[in-house]
Amino acid sequence: MKSGPFIWICIVFAVVVLAFLALPLLNIATAPSPGIIWESLHDGEIMNAVFLSLYTSGMAAVICLLLGTPFAYLLARKDFPGKNIVESIVDIPIVIPHPVVGIAILAVTGRNHWFGRILADLGVRIMGSPAGIITVLVFVSIPFFINAAKEGFSSVPERLENVSMTLGASRFSTFWRVTFPLARRSMLTGTIMSAARALSEFGAVIVIAYHPMIAPVLMFERYQAYGLEYSQPVAFILIAMSLMIFITLRILTSRKRRTI
Amino acid sequence: MIRLRDIKVSFKGFQLGSLNLEVPEGAFFMLMGPTGSGKTLLLETVAGLVKPDMGTIEVAGTDVTEKLPGRRSVGIVYQDTALFPHLSVKQNIMYGIRYLPEDSEYNFDRFVDILDLQPLLDRLPGKLSGGEKQRTALARALITDPDVILLDEPLSSLDQMFKGEIRSELRRLQRESSKTFLMTTHDFTDALSMGTHGAVINAGKIEQEGEIDEIFYNPKTPFMASFVGMKNVFPAEFKEDGAVVKKLLIRHTSDKRGHGFLAIPPESIVVSRETTITSERNHFTGTITSVERAGPVFSISVDCGNLIIVSSVTRSALSQLDLTEGRDVYISFKASAVHVF
Repeated sequence: MKSGPFIWICIVFAVVVLAFLALPLLNIATAPSPGIIWESLHDGEIMNAVFLSLYTSGMAAVICLLLGTPFAYLLARKDFPGKNIVESIVDIPIVIPHPVVGIAILAVTGRNHWFGRILADLGVRIMGSPAGIITVLVFVSIPFFINAAKEGFSSVPERLENVSMTLGASRFSTFWRVTFPLARRSMLTGTIMSAARALSEFGAVIVIAYHPMIAPVLMFERYQAYGLEYSQPVAFILIAMSLMIFITLRILTSRKRRTI
Repeated sequence: MIRLRDIKVSFKGFQLGSLNLEVPEGAFFMLMGPTGSGKTLLLETVAGLVKPDMGTIEVAGTDVTEKLPGRRSVGIVYQDTALFPHLSVKQNIMYGIRYLPEDSEYNFDRFVDILDLQPLLDRLPGKLSGGEKQRTALARALITDPDVILLDEPLSSLDQMFKGEIRSELRRLQRESSKTFLMTTHDFTDALSMGTHGAVINAGKIEQEGEIDEIFYNPKTPFMASFVGMKNVFPAEFKEDGAVVKKLLIRHTSDKRGHGFLAIPPESIVVSRETTITSERNHFTGTITSVERAGPVFSISVDCGNLIIVSSVTRSALSQLDLTEGRDVYISFKASAVHVF
């Protein structure tokens, strides 16, 4: 069928949006010369920041998976009074400005708050530590995991679980043998999304932990101290490494299930 | 055997019960009722998937009210089969085996043979036809040897062609296994062709239970009469010489007195252009108000003085007698055809 003006208008808008998204990223990818990138790869400060970013965001994603799975299952399966409010609370980190998140977490984990004092007594340091960075990253990224996992669990018919239980399986066994295998793609998608969100966090982290430096903080510092040219290689390495990880995960999760 | 005593269940705003129900051992029991009447909820309550607010549930003589679903000796087969889509037919059938007590025996080959599943064992459920899925779900429920099989409208999503096939298999399986089958349906063909006993549930209450023929041929309430498809159900005052329905005296063979209901099967009513008076028959004159096609026959409504009586006639009778709207006719039916309740 011949494309009418409507489709052409849609295409024009799509091209504008794609160019808007791709141009800055393309510039970051092409701006640093190969020599500068090579030099950056041997810069201990840059590589430490990149690996700290990958480590803290990876840990945050794992914590989101462990903490968020039972919660997401509950939201998918049970109706209870105030469910809408609970779901809104889960979404709060998506909508509030991220420096506010950092300040809020700092307020409850500092020595002026009873919770902060308990943490201090237990020897847990939040301010200026990887634990603090991970705490902030879990806070900002857990809604992405919970929402994706909830969709996955909701898509598994409850009747499959019912049948499993009448066949003798416990709820745990039913979850492991039926619900999890059928929802695992959504759970993996949620994990990837929460990791991606954590990797890109800057505003909340800078309040809690300027040091040790994660890659976005280092980029910010180099931009302020030395200008654009010195911040771009950090951005390039971070983007390249995270793209490699996410593409690998995507390929692994989108592989067709083996026919049994 | 299943015995429900004073069962009451509240579920998502719906109230089931309080009800009592007894499903005899070895019966093929049909639980019938309109959509939303609580059939599936009752089944899931027996299976232990929904907890009753009060009452007790016995399966094969054991009180299972507080037991987990897997400890009740019940198997469930849903309308949509609820096969595990990520497992092969064989893995679906074998799913419950690991939860059986260690010394339990199971006969995989027997059910695979009976249900003709051998060529399908390695397939995933997505590659099966509706009938094949149902057979797999049945094998999965039967292999753990439960005392009771619960079937939630297992035929309603099947093509007409498969229905007959699965009906025969269900009947055969039930007879051969001598297990108690409790099946929900709203298809009377299922109920009459497979059921030995049954009950009708309406708005969470049991309207009538008993042998299947008794339910269909001797409904006890106006709802039951209407549910089993009886037409011409009227409130009546029963007197010595007959029942008065809107000033018409209808003769019947019952001893009933006082207020009640009567029903006249449309197929028992003779429509004629000339009067045919006999001592046995009720006979009235009236005017045809409508002629409608009702499957292979025609449904004729006759106004007999504020009382519309519906009769069914064949196509040939319709044309021979030239039965058209507005025509005056005689209608007659035997006193013994009148059903009183």
